Amino acid sequence: MSTTTLEQPPAAEAAIQSFTVTFLIRRFDPDVDTEPRWQDFDVEMYATDRVLDALHKIKWEQDGSLTFRRSCAHGICGSDAMRINGRNRLACKTLIKDLDISKPIYVEAIKGLPLEKDLIVDMEPFFASYREVQPFLIANSKPEAGKERVQSIAKREIFDDTTKCILCAACTSSCPVFWTDGQYFGPAAIVNAHRFIFDDRDDAASVRLDILNDKEGVWRCRTTFNCTDACPRGIEVTKAIAEVKQAIMRGKP
Amino acid sequence: MPENPAGTLTTPAKPAKQKPGGTLYRGREGMWSWVLHRITGVAIFFFLLVHILDTALVRVSPEAYNAVIGTYQTPIMGLGEVALVGAIVFHAFNGLRIILVDLWAWATRHQKLLFYIVIALWVITMLGFTPRHLINVFSH
Repeated sequence: MSTTTLEQPPAAEAAIQSFTVTFLIRRFDPDVDTEPRWQDFDVEMYATDRVLDALHKIKWEQDGSLTFRRSCAHGICGSDAMRINGRNRLACKTLIKDLDISKPIYVEAIKGLPLEKDLIVDMEPFFASYREVQPFLIANSKPEAGKERVQSIAKREIFDDTTKCILCAACTSSCPVFWTDGQYFGPAAIVNAHRFIFDDRDDAASVRLDILNDKEGVWRCRTTFNCTDACPRGIEVTKAIAEVKQAIMRGKP
Repeated sequence: MPENPAGTLTTPAKPAKQKPGGTLYRGREGMWSWVLHRITGVAIFFFLLVHILDTALVRVSPEAYNAVIGTYQTPIMGLGEVALVGAIVFHAFNGLRIILVDLWAWATRHQKLLFYIVIALWVITMLGFTPRHLINVFSH
């Protein structure tokens, strides 16, 4: 079985070139620091490594006090959104080969949410906005006994893009409006409202459109497209917000 | 007070590459068009404020109006007018872009292209306006 492969020396592995990459990480320990500070780390990395691997190496081999969130490490859980070289990215989906390693790589916490420690922010305001748009199916109809609600492929396609959201907050914390006005619902909440507003099985679209037709709702969006650029799932966030704006103007989805 | 009270932690020497604030968010065309739109918008607002005040002077007395308008006839103000027209032209074209981006799905997807079209239209308009205007300003 696998014994033959195990006996083979990893000759190819030795030939892979590694690079020394400098990471500048914005640290903040609330027990010691009054202000965040930048600290640099040199890490030996392969081109195919991810920024998350670098953070692991730093935490495990250099400084155990480095604090960050990560769970699945494969771009699904949405725990490790952070600002890498000034842009919101998932650390687990950002490869070293895609970064310019001739310069230090800046890593800092996402912006606009209260900084708790190092790369960790308080996500509660973000989830509070999410809860406010009622991101769950509200249906008055009853499916046939033992059956599901039937939906055509075309009707499912309308909101397919916004079902991909993993709630990492990369979009919301890339929004200049959200930085200055924490009351704004933010792109993520609107994306998740969009997912149910345009679902024909759902009957509460008008309730959600009402919630978002607010001073702090969709009209705060200034179409800077930072959210679309930041989304690790490739959701066209600004387009979804524009569709909600038009649904409010039409009065129906 | 003693210089180092007992029990205080000595913080390690600050690293050489100190940069207290966060990095500037590196937004793309969309973000910078919005920043420019804001700056030009605020600038135009202050111009309009002064403009309404000096135009209202004609109700006080035509002489006072002429005196104030006369002070504007300088080369510095002439260059300021180039900046003002530049701001208004950008704000106008980018405003049309924002309307399209909000109302037309194709434009939402191609907002970067539209931004460069706005810049191109701005350059063309300014190339037409600036030489003509500066000849007027500096030939009087």
